Amino acid sequence: MRTIQIKDITEAVADMCMKAGAELPGDVYARLQQAKEKETSPTAREILRQLLENADMAKKTRLPLCQDCGIAVLFVEVGDDVRIEGGNIREAVNAGVRKGYAEGYLRKSVCDPFTRANTGDNTPAVIHFDAVPGDKLRIVFLAKGGGCENMSRVTMLAPAQGWEGVKRFVINRVADAGANPCPPTIVGVGVGGAFDRAAELAEKALTRRLDDIHPNPDIAAKEKELETALNKLGVGPMGLGGETTVLGVKIAAEPCHLACLPLAVNIQCHSHRRKEVVL
Amino acid sequence: MAEYKLTTPLTDDDVIQLRAGDVVLLSGVIYSARDAAHKKLCELLETGKAPPFKLQGAVIYYVDPSPAPPDRPIGSAGPTTSYRMDFFAPRVYSYGLKASIGKGKRNGETRKAMRDYKAVYFGAAGGAGALLSSSIVESQVIAFDELGPEAIREMKVKDFPVLVINDAHGGELYAAPDLKAAGAE
Repeated sequence: MRTIQIKDITEAVADMCMKAGAELPGDVYARLQQAKEKETSPTAREILRQLLENADMAKKTRLPLCQDCGIAVLFVEVGDDVRIEGGNIREAVNAGVRKGYAEGYLRKSVCDPFTRANTGDNTPAVIHFDAVPGDKLRIVFLAKGGGCENMSRVTMLAPAQGWEGVKRFVINRVADAGANPCPPTIVGVGVGGAFDRAAELAEKALTRRLDDIHPNPDIAAKEKELETALNKLGVGPMGLGGETTVLGVKIAAEPCHLACLPLAVNIQCHSHRRKEVVL
Repeated sequence: MAEYKLTTPLTDDDVIQLRAGDVVLLSGVIYSARDAAHKKLCELLETGKAPPFKLQGAVIYYVDPSPAPPDRPIGSAGPTTSYRMDFFAPRVYSYGLKASIGKGKRNGETRKAMRDYKAVYFGAAGGAGALLSSSIVESQVIAFDELGPEAIREMKVKDFPVLVINDAHGGELYAAPDLKAAGAE
Protein backbone atom coordinates (compact mmCIF):
# COMPACT_ATOMS: atom_id res chain seq x y z
CA MET A 1 0.00 0.00 0.00
CA ARG A 2 1.19 3.50 -0.90
CA THR A 3 -0.20 6.47 0.96
CA ILE A 4 -1.01 9.70 -0.88
CA GLN A 5 -1.86 12.81 1.09
CA ILE A 6 -5.06 14.60 0.13
CA LYS A 7 -3.32 18.01 0.04
CA ASP A 8 -0.92 16.73 -2.64
CA ILE A 9 -3.92 15.92 -4.84
CA THR A 10 -5.32 19.44 -4.41
CA GLU A 11 -1.95 21.02 -5.23
CA ALA A 12 -1.48 18.82 -8.31
CA VAL A 13 -4.94 19.66 -9.67
CA ALA A 14 -4.48 23.41 -9.06
CA ASP A 15 -1.14 23.29 -10.88
CA MET A 16 -2.66 21.42 -13.85
CA CYS A 17 -5.52 23.94 -14.20
CA MET A 18 -3.09 26.88 -14.29
CA LYS A 19 -0.55 25.29 -16.64
CA ALA A 20 -3.20 23.93 -19.02
CA GLY A 21 -4.87 27.35 -19.16
CA ALA A 22 -1.78 29.06 -20.55
CA GLU A 23 0.24 26.33 -22.28
CA LEU A 24 -0.92 24.58 -25.43
CA PRO A 25 0.30 20.94 -25.39
CA GLY A 26 3.35 20.41 -27.65
CA ASP A 27 1.62 17.83 -29.86
CA VAL A 28 -1.26 20.26 -30.55
CA TYR A 29 1.15 23.13 -31.29
CA ALA A 30 3.07 20.86 -33.69
CA ARG A 31 -0.15 19.88 -35.52
CA LEU A 32 -1.08 23.56 -35.94
CA GLN A 33 2.38 24.24 -37.38
CA GLN A 34 2.11 21.31 -39.81
CA ALA A 35 -1.34 22.50 -40.85
CA LYS A 36 -0.05 26.01 -41.53
CA GLU A 37 2.69 24.63 -43.79
CA LYS A 38 0.19 22.47 -45.68
CA GLU A 39 -2.60 25.00 -46.20
CA THR A 40 -2.71 26.76 -49.58
CA SER A 41 -5.45 29.29 -48.71
CA PRO A 42 -3.93 32.59 -47.47
CA THR A 43 -6.85 33.09 -45.04
CA ALA A 44 -6.39 29.63 -43.52
CA ARG A 45 -2.64 30.20 -43.18
CA GLU A 46 -3.22 33.59 -41.55
CA ILE A 47 -5.71 32.16 -39.02
CA LEU A 48 -3.29 29.34 -38.13
CA ARG A 49 -0.49 31.89 -37.79
CA GLN A 50 -2.64 33.87 -35.34
CA LEU A 51 -3.40 30.72 -33.32
CA LEU A 52 0.32 29.92 -33.04
CA GLU A 53 1.10 33.53 -32.09
CA ASN A 54 -1.68 33.35 -29.50
CA ALA A 55 -0.13 30.20 -28.00
CA ASP A 56 3.32 31.86 -27.88
CA MET A 57 1.84 34.94 -26.25
CA ALA A 58 -0.16 32.99 -23.64
CA LYS A 59 2.92 30.99 -22.68
CA LYS A 60 4.97 34.15 -22.28
CA THR A 61 2.43 36.39 -20.53
CA ARG A 62 0.55 33.62 -18.67
CA LEU A 63 -2.71 35.06 -19.99
CA PRO A 64 -5.18 32.23 -20.66
CA LEU A 65 -5.04 30.82 -24.21
CA CYS A 66 -8.76 31.49 -24.42
CA GLN A 67 -11.10 33.58 -22.26
CA ASP A 68 -13.35 30.53 -22.00
CA CYS A 69 -11.25 28.56 -19.53
CA GLY A 70 -13.87 25.85 -19.64
CA ILE A 71 -15.62 23.56 -17.25
CA ALA A 72 -13.00 21.35 -15.61
CA VAL A 73 -13.26 17.68 -16.59
CA LEU A 74 -11.00 15.25 -14.75
CA PHE A 75 -10.33 11.55 -15.19
CA VAL A 76 -9.02 10.12 -11.93
CA GLU A 77 -7.56 6.60 -11.95
CA VAL A 78 -6.96 5.26 -8.46
CA GLY A 79 -4.55 2.32 -8.15
CA ASP A 80 -5.74 -0.66 -6.05
CA ASP A 81 -2.68 -0.30 -3.82
CA VAL A 82 -3.19 3.39 -3.09
CA ARG A 83 -4.51 4.63 0.23
CA ILE A 84 -5.66 8.23 0.37
CA GLU A 85 -5.12 9.98 3.67
CA GLY A 86 -6.49 13.19 5.08
CA GLY A 87 -9.86 13.67 3.43
CA ASN A 88 -12.22 12.96 0.55
CA ILE A 89 -10.76 12.70 -2.95
CA ARG A 90 -13.70 14.38 -4.73
CA GLU A 91 -13.47 17.36 -2.38
CA ALA A 92 -9.70 17.48 -2.87
CA VAL A 93 -10.08 17.63 -6.67
CA ASN A 94 -12.72 20.37 -6.44
CA ALA A 95 -10.50 22.30 -4.01
CA GLY A 96 -7.70 22.08 -6.59
CA VAL A 97 -9.95 23.41 -9.35
CA ARG A 98 -11.10 26.25 -7.06
CA LYS A 99 -7.50 27.19 -6.24
CA GLY A 100 -6.16 26.86 -9.80
CA TYR A 101 -8.93 28.94 -11.38
CA ALA A 102 -8.57 31.68 -8.73
CA GLU A 103 -4.78 31.91 -8.72
CA GLY A 104 -4.41 31.47 -12.48
CA TYR A 105 -6.83 34.33 -13.30
CA LEU A 106 -8.94 31.82 -15.18
CA ARG A 107 -12.56 32.58 -15.99
CA LYS A 108 -15.19 30.91 -13.81
CA SER A 109 -17.83 29.62 -16.20
CA VAL A 110 -19.91 27.20 -14.11
CA CYS A 111 -23.48 28.19 -13.24
CA ASP A 112 -26.80 26.79 -12.04
CA PRO A 113 -28.63 25.30 -15.04
CA PHE A 114 -31.93 27.02 -14.24
CA THR A 115 -31.18 30.27 -12.39
CA ARG A 116 -27.90 30.68 -14.34
CA ALA A 117 -26.29 32.01 -11.14
CA ASN A 118 -22.51 31.56 -11.33
CA THR A 119 -21.11 29.25 -8.64
CA GLY A 120 -18.20 31.70 -8.45
CA ASP A 121 -15.27 29.29 -8.35
CA ASN A 122 -15.70 27.04 -11.42
CA THR A 123 -16.79 24.08 -9.31
CA PRO A 124 -18.20 21.51 -9.26
CA ALA A 125 -15.82 19.88 -11.71
CA VAL A 126 -16.92 16.90 -13.78
CA ILE A 127 -14.96 14.01 -12.28
CA HIS A 128 -14.76 10.47 -13.68
CA PHE A 129 -13.28 7.94 -11.24
CA ASP A 130 -11.84 4.61 -12.24
CA ALA A 131 -10.24 1.77 -10.26
CA VAL A 132 -7.05 0.42 -11.86
CA PRO A 133 -4.26 -1.98 -10.84
CA GLY A 134 -1.06 -0.56 -9.32
CA ASP A 135 0.05 1.87 -6.66
CA LYS A 136 -0.29 5.14 -8.59
CA LEU A 137 -2.90 7.85 -8.85
CA ARG A 138 -3.25 9.27 -12.37
CA ILE A 139 -5.23 12.44 -13.07
CA VAL A 140 -5.95 13.85 -16.52
CA PHE A 141 -7.40 17.34 -16.77
CA LEU A 142 -9.34 18.74 -19.73
CA ALA A 143 -10.77 22.26 -19.93
CA LYS A 144 -13.96 22.05 -21.99
CA GLY A 145 -15.10 25.34 -23.48
CA GLY A 146 -18.81 25.98 -24.07
CA GLY A 147 -18.56 26.70 -27.79
CA CYS A 148 -17.29 23.27 -28.74
CA GLU A 149 -19.19 21.45 -25.99
CA ASN A 150 -22.45 22.78 -27.46
CA MET A 151 -21.60 21.13 -30.78
CA SER A 152 -21.16 17.65 -29.22
CA ARG A 153 -23.91 15.01 -29.54
CA VAL A 154 -24.96 11.53 -28.40
CA THR A 155 -27.13 9.27 -30.54
CA MET A 156 -28.32 5.67 -30.57
CA LEU A 157 -27.83 4.16 -34.01
CA ALA A 158 -29.40 0.89 -35.17
CA PRO A 159 -26.85 -1.93 -35.31
CA ALA A 160 -27.56 -2.28 -39.07
CA GLN A 161 -26.13 1.21 -39.64
CA GLY A 162 -22.68 -0.02 -38.61
CA TRP A 163 -19.43 1.82 -39.34
CA GLU A 164 -20.95 3.60 -42.35
CA GLY A 165 -23.64 5.02 -40.06
CA VAL A 166 -21.04 6.09 -37.50
CA LYS A 167 -18.99 7.81 -40.19
CA ARG A 168 -22.00 9.58 -41.67
CA PHE A 169 -23.11 10.87 -38.25
CA VAL A 170 -19.66 12.17 -37.31
CA ILE A 171 -19.13 13.88 -40.67
CA ASN A 172 -22.55 15.54 -40.57
CA ARG A 173 -21.97 16.67 -36.99
CA VAL A 174 -18.67 18.35 -37.83
CA ALA A 175 -20.21 19.87 -40.98
CA ASP A 176 -23.22 21.26 -39.09
CA ALA A 177 -20.97 22.61 -36.33
CA GLY A 178 -19.15 24.71 -38.94
CA ALA A 179 -17.23 27.61 -37.41
CA ASN A 180 -18.97 27.38 -34.01
CA PRO A 181 -16.58 25.04 -32.14
CA CYS A 182 -13.42 26.93 -33.22
CA PRO A 183 -11.98 24.65 -35.90
CA PRO A 184 -9.56 23.07 -36.50
CA THR A 185 -11.02 20.79 -33.84
CA ILE A 186 -10.12 17.49 -32.26
CA VAL A 187 -12.94 14.97 -32.52
CA GLY A 188 -13.48 12.40 -29.78
CA VAL A 189 -15.73 9.52 -30.85
CA GLY A 190 -17.20 7.13 -28.29
CA VAL A 191 -18.73 3.95 -29.70
CA GLY A 192 -20.47 1.25 -27.66
CA GLY A 193 -20.99 0.86 -23.94
CA ALA A 194 -24.42 2.34 -23.24
CA PHE A 195 -26.01 5.79 -23.69
CA ASP A 196 -24.06 7.35 -20.81
CA ARG A 197 -20.87 5.38 -21.35
CA ALA A 198 -20.58 6.40 -25.02
CA ALA A 199 -20.41 10.05 -23.96
CA GLU A 200 -17.75 9.25 -21.38
CA LEU A 201 -15.74 7.28 -23.95
CA ALA A 202 -15.85 10.18 -26.42
CA GLU A 203 -14.55 12.53 -23.74
CA LYS A 204 -11.90 10.07 -22.61
CA ALA A 205 -10.70 9.65 -26.21
CA LEU A 206 -9.70 13.33 -26.07
CA THR A 207 -7.22 12.62 -23.28
CA ARG A 208 -4.93 10.86 -25.78
CA ARG A 209 -2.03 12.68 -27.40
CA LEU A 210 -2.64 13.71 -31.02
CA ASP A 211 0.48 11.88 -32.19
CA ASP A 212 -0.33 8.52 -30.58
CA ILE A 213 -1.60 5.56 -32.59
CA HIS A 214 -4.50 3.44 -31.36
CA PRO A 215 -3.19 -0.01 -30.28
CA ASN A 216 -5.97 -1.75 -32.24
CA PRO A 217 -4.94 -1.47 -35.94
CA ASP A 218 -8.55 -1.61 -37.12
CA ILE A 219 -9.53 1.36 -34.94
CA ALA A 220 -6.31 3.19 -35.87
CA ALA A 221 -7.34 2.82 -39.54
CA LYS A 222 -10.85 4.08 -38.77
CA GLU A 223 -9.42 7.17 -37.04
CA LYS A 224 -7.33 7.92 -40.12
CA GLU A 225 -10.27 7.30 -42.45
CA LEU A 226 -12.47 9.74 -40.51
CA GLU A 227 -9.74 12.37 -40.26
CA THR A 228 -9.18 12.26 -44.03
CA ALA A 229 -12.93 12.50 -44.74
CA LEU A 230 -13.46 15.37 -42.29
CA ASN A 231 -10.60 17.35 -43.79
CA LYS A 232 -12.34 17.17 -47.18
CA LEU A 233 -15.34 19.10 -45.81
CA GLY A 234 -13.59 22.41 -46.48
CA VAL A 235 -14.80 24.01 -43.22
CA GLY A 236 -11.21 25.00 -42.48
CA PRO A 237 -9.67 27.13 -39.71
CA MET A 238 -12.40 29.26 -38.08
CA GLY A 239 -14.82 28.03 -40.75
CA LEU A 240 -13.24 30.23 -43.42
CA GLY A 241 -12.31 27.36 -45.75
CA GLY A 242 -9.22 25.22 -46.08
CA GLU A 243 -7.87 21.72 -45.73
CA THR A 244 -7.65 21.69 -41.94
CA THR A 245 -11.06 21.15 -40.38
CA VAL A 246 -9.76 18.73 -37.74
CA LEU A 247 -6.35 18.25 -36.14
CA GLY A 248 -7.17 14.66 -35.23
CA VAL A 249 -9.83 12.03 -34.57
CA LYS A 250 -9.66 9.76 -31.52
CA ILE A 251 -11.98 6.77 -31.14
CA ALA A 252 -12.72 4.83 -27.96
CA ALA A 253 -14.85 1.70 -28.40
CA GLU A 254 -16.34 -0.86 -26.02
CA PRO A 255 -18.81 -3.76 -26.29
CA CYS A 256 -22.48 -2.76 -26.15
CA HIS A 257 -25.97 -4.30 -25.96
CA LEU A 258 -26.77 -6.39 -29.05
CA ALA A 259 -29.78 -4.18 -29.84
CA CYS A 260 -27.78 -0.95 -29.68
CA LEU A 261 -25.04 1.03 -31.34
CA PRO A 262 -24.43 3.95 -28.96
CA LEU A 263 -22.41 6.78 -30.48
CA ALA A 264 -21.10 10.03 -29.02
CA VAL A 265 -19.18 12.79 -30.75
CA ASN A 266 -17.30 15.14 -28.49
CA ILE A 267 -15.84 18.10 -30.34
CA GLN A 268 -12.88 19.87 -28.75
CA CYS A 269 -11.62 23.25 -29.98
CA HIS A 270 -8.06 23.81 -31.24
CA SER A 271 -7.29 25.28 -27.82
CA HIS A 272 -7.04 21.72 -26.49
CA ARG A 273 -6.14 22.31 -22.86
CA ARG A 274 -5.05 18.92 -21.60
CA LYS A 275 -2.71 18.06 -18.76
CA GLU A 276 -1.76 14.88 -16.94
CA VAL A 277 -0.13 14.06 -13.62
CA VAL A 278 0.84 10.78 -11.97
CA LEU A 279 1.20 10.77 -8.18
CA MET B 1 -10.81 41.85 -50.47
CA ALA B 2 -10.16 45.31 -49.13
CA GLU B 3 -8.74 46.48 -45.84
CA TYR B 4 -10.31 49.30 -43.84
CA LYS B 5 -9.54 51.22 -40.69
CA LEU B 6 -12.75 52.29 -38.98
CA THR B 7 -13.46 54.25 -35.82
CA THR B 8 -16.60 53.87 -33.72
CA PRO B 9 -19.40 54.92 -33.62
CA LEU B 10 -19.97 53.56 -37.13
CA THR B 11 -22.07 55.38 -39.71
CA ASP B 12 -24.22 53.93 -42.49
CA ASP B 13 -21.49 54.96 -44.95
CA ASP B 14 -18.84 53.11 -42.94
CA VAL B 15 -20.90 49.94 -43.09
CA ILE B 16 -22.30 50.08 -46.64
CA GLN B 17 -18.85 50.06 -48.25
CA LEU B 18 -17.93 46.74 -46.56
CA ARG B 19 -18.13 43.39 -48.34
CA ALA B 20 -17.88 39.88 -46.91
CA GLY B 21 -14.18 38.97 -46.73
CA ASP B 22 -12.92 42.50 -46.10
CA VAL B 23 -10.48 42.99 -43.23
CA VAL B 24 -11.27 45.79 -40.75
CA LEU B 25 -9.09 47.24 -38.03
CA LEU B 26 -11.49 48.75 -35.49
CA SER B 27 -10.63 51.58 -33.13
CA GLY B 28 -12.67 53.48 -30.57
CA VAL B 29 -15.20 52.27 -28.02
CA ILE B 30 -17.00 48.93 -28.29
CA TYR B 31 -19.28 47.17 -25.78
CA SER B 32 -19.22 43.59 -24.51
CA ALA B 33 -22.48 41.70 -24.15
CA ARG B 34 -23.33 38.01 -24.31
CA ASP B 35 -26.24 35.72 -23.39
CA ALA B 36 -27.49 37.10 -20.06
CA ALA B 37 -26.66 40.73 -20.91
CA HIS B 38 -28.63 40.47 -24.16
CA LYS B 39 -31.63 39.14 -22.28
CA LYS B 40 -31.52 42.08 -19.86
CA LEU B 41 -30.81 44.59 -22.63
CA CYS B 42 -33.89 43.43 -24.55
CA GLU B 43 -36.03 43.56 -21.39
CA LEU B 44 -35.07 47.25 -21.07
CA LEU B 45 -35.89 47.92 -24.72
CA GLU B 46 -39.28 46.09 -24.43
CA THR B 47 -40.31 48.27 -21.51
CA GLY B 48 -39.19 51.50 -23.18
CA LYS B 49 -36.28 52.10 -20.83
CA ALA B 50 -32.93 53.49 -21.96
CA PRO B 51 -30.19 50.98 -22.73
CA PRO B 52 -26.94 51.39 -20.71
CA PHE B 53 -25.12 52.75 -23.80
CA LYS B 54 -26.18 54.42 -27.02
CA LEU B 55 -27.07 51.71 -29.53
CA GLN B 56 -27.10 54.01 -32.58
CA GLY B 57 -23.81 53.38 -34.40
CA ALA B 58 -22.58 51.03 -31.69
CA VAL B 59 -20.50 47.87 -32.00
CA ILE B 60 -21.20 44.96 -29.64
CA TYR B 61 -18.51 42.35 -29.02
CA TYR B 62 -19.81 38.94 -27.92
CA VAL B 63 -17.15 38.41 -25.28
CA ASP B 64 -16.80 37.56 -21.64
CA PRO B 65 -13.12 38.04 -20.81
CA SER B 66 -11.09 36.14 -18.25
CA PRO B 67 -10.19 38.16 -15.10
CA ALA B 68 -7.62 40.91 -15.67
CA PRO B 69 -4.26 40.17 -14.04
CA PRO B 70 -2.93 43.09 -11.94
CA ASP B 71 -0.70 44.45 -14.72
CA ARG B 72 -3.22 44.40 -17.61
CA PRO B 73 -6.45 46.24 -18.57
CA ILE B 74 -8.22 42.97 -19.39
CA GLY B 75 -7.65 39.21 -19.41
CA SER B 76 -7.94 36.93 -22.42
CA ALA B 77 -10.73 38.28 -24.67
CA GLY B 78 -11.70 36.31 -27.77
CA PRO B 79 -15.19 35.98 -29.28
CA THR B 80 -17.92 33.61 -28.09
CA THR B 81 -20.25 31.74 -30.47
CA SER B 82 -22.79 34.14 -31.96
CA TYR B 83 -25.87 32.02 -32.75
CA ARG B 84 -26.93 32.14 -29.09
CA MET B 85 -27.39 35.90 -29.46
CA ASP B 86 -29.64 35.41 -32.52
CA PHE B 87 -32.59 35.21 -30.11
CA PHE B 88 -32.02 38.93 -29.45
CA ALA B 89 -29.87 40.31 -32.28
CA PRO B 90 -32.60 41.39 -34.76
CA ARG B 91 -34.17 43.54 -32.02
CA VAL B 92 -30.81 45.09 -31.08
CA TYR B 93 -29.92 45.80 -34.73
CA SER B 94 -33.33 47.51 -35.12
CA TYR B 95 -32.22 50.06 -32.50
CA GLY B 96 -29.25 51.16 -34.60
CA LEU B 97 -26.49 48.67 -33.75
CA LYS B 98 -24.10 48.81 -36.71
CA ALA B 99 -21.96 45.75 -36.04
CA SER B 100 -21.56 42.73 -33.81
CA ILE B 101 -18.34 40.76 -33.37
CA GLY B 102 -18.34 37.02 -32.70
CA LYS B 103 -17.70 33.68 -34.33
CA GLY B 104 -19.90 31.21 -36.21
CA LYS B 105 -22.92 31.43 -38.49
CA ARG B 106 -25.93 33.73 -37.87
CA ASN B 107 -29.54 32.69 -38.49
CA GLY B 108 -31.80 33.96 -41.28
CA GLU B 109 -33.59 36.53 -39.13
CA THR B 110 -30.34 38.12 -37.99
CA ARG B 111 -28.98 38.18 -41.54
CA LYS B 112 -32.21 39.84 -42.70
CA ALA B 113 -31.95 42.42 -39.88
CA MET B 114 -28.45 43.32 -41.10
CA ARG B 115 -29.79 43.96 -44.60
CA ASP B 116 -32.85 45.88 -43.35
CA TYR B 117 -30.95 48.13 -40.92
CA LYS B 118 -27.64 48.48 -42.83
CA ALA B 119 -25.40 46.63 -40.44
CA VAL B 120 -22.70 43.97 -40.48
CA TYR B 121 -21.37 40.97 -38.58
CA PHE B 122 -17.65 40.71 -37.95
CA GLY B 123 -15.73 37.55 -37.10
CA ALA B 124 -12.70 37.56 -34.81
CA ALA B 125 -10.30 34.65 -34.40
CA GLY B 126 -11.92 32.28 -31.90
CA GLY B 127 -9.53 30.87 -29.36
CA ALA B 128 -7.00 33.65 -29.88
CA GLY B 129 -8.08 35.53 -26.74
CA ALA B 130 -4.60 36.31 -25.46
CA LEU B 131 -3.60 37.82 -28.80
CA LEU B 132 -6.85 39.79 -29.24
CA SER B 133 -6.57 41.24 -25.73
CA SER B 134 -3.48 43.13 -26.87
CA SER B 135 -5.76 45.34 -29.04
CA ILE B 136 -7.92 46.30 -26.04
CA VAL B 137 -6.37 49.24 -24.21
CA GLU B 138 -9.04 50.01 -21.58
CA SER B 139 -11.97 48.12 -20.10
CA GLN B 140 -14.55 48.90 -17.44
CA VAL B 141 -17.90 47.45 -16.39
CA ILE B 142 -20.70 49.95 -17.11
CA ALA B 143 -23.88 47.92 -16.52
CA PHE B 144 -25.37 44.71 -15.14
CA ASP B 145 -22.57 44.28 -12.61
CA GLU B 146 -24.71 41.59 -10.95
CA LEU B 147 -24.07 39.32 -13.94
CA GLY B 148 -20.44 38.93 -12.87
CA PRO B 149 -18.31 37.90 -15.85
CA GLU B 150 -21.30 38.50 -18.16
CA ALA B 151 -21.65 42.20 -17.24
CA ILE B 152 -21.56 44.85 -19.99
CA ARG B 153 -18.12 46.37 -20.43
CA GLU B 154 -17.07 49.48 -22.27
CA MET B 155 -13.81 48.69 -24.01
CA LYS B 156 -11.45 51.01 -25.82
CA VAL B 157 -9.83 49.22 -28.75
CA LYS B 158 -6.98 50.12 -31.07
CA ASP B 159 -6.77 48.39 -34.48
CA PHE B 160 -8.81 45.43 -33.28
CA PRO B 161 -8.61 42.91 -36.19
CA VAL B 162 -11.89 41.54 -37.59
CA LEU B 163 -13.18 40.03 -40.83
CA VAL B 164 -16.52 40.89 -42.44
CA ILE B 165 -18.55 37.66 -42.28
CA ASN B 166 -21.97 39.11 -43.22
CA ASP B 167 -22.21 42.44 -45.02
CA ALA B 168 -25.20 44.79 -45.30
CA HIS B 169 -25.99 43.52 -48.82
CA GLY B 170 -26.61 39.84 -48.04
CA GLY B 171 -23.04 38.72 -48.70
CA GLU B 172 -21.61 35.95 -46.51
CA LEU B 173 -18.09 34.62 -46.09
CA TYR B 174 -18.85 31.16 -44.66
CA ALA B 175 -19.20 28.53 -47.40
CA ALA B 176 -21.35 25.39 -47.09
CA PRO B 177 -19.36 22.28 -46.09
CA ASP B 178 -18.68 19.82 -48.94
CA LEU B 179 -20.50 16.69 -47.71
CA LYS B 180 -20.05 14.99 -51.09
CA ALA B 181 -16.25 15.27 -50.98
CA ALA B 182 -16.31 13.90 -47.44
CA GLY B 183 -18.40 10.93 -48.59
CA ALA B 184 -21.47 11.68 -46.48
CA GLU B 185 -23.97 13.24 -48.87
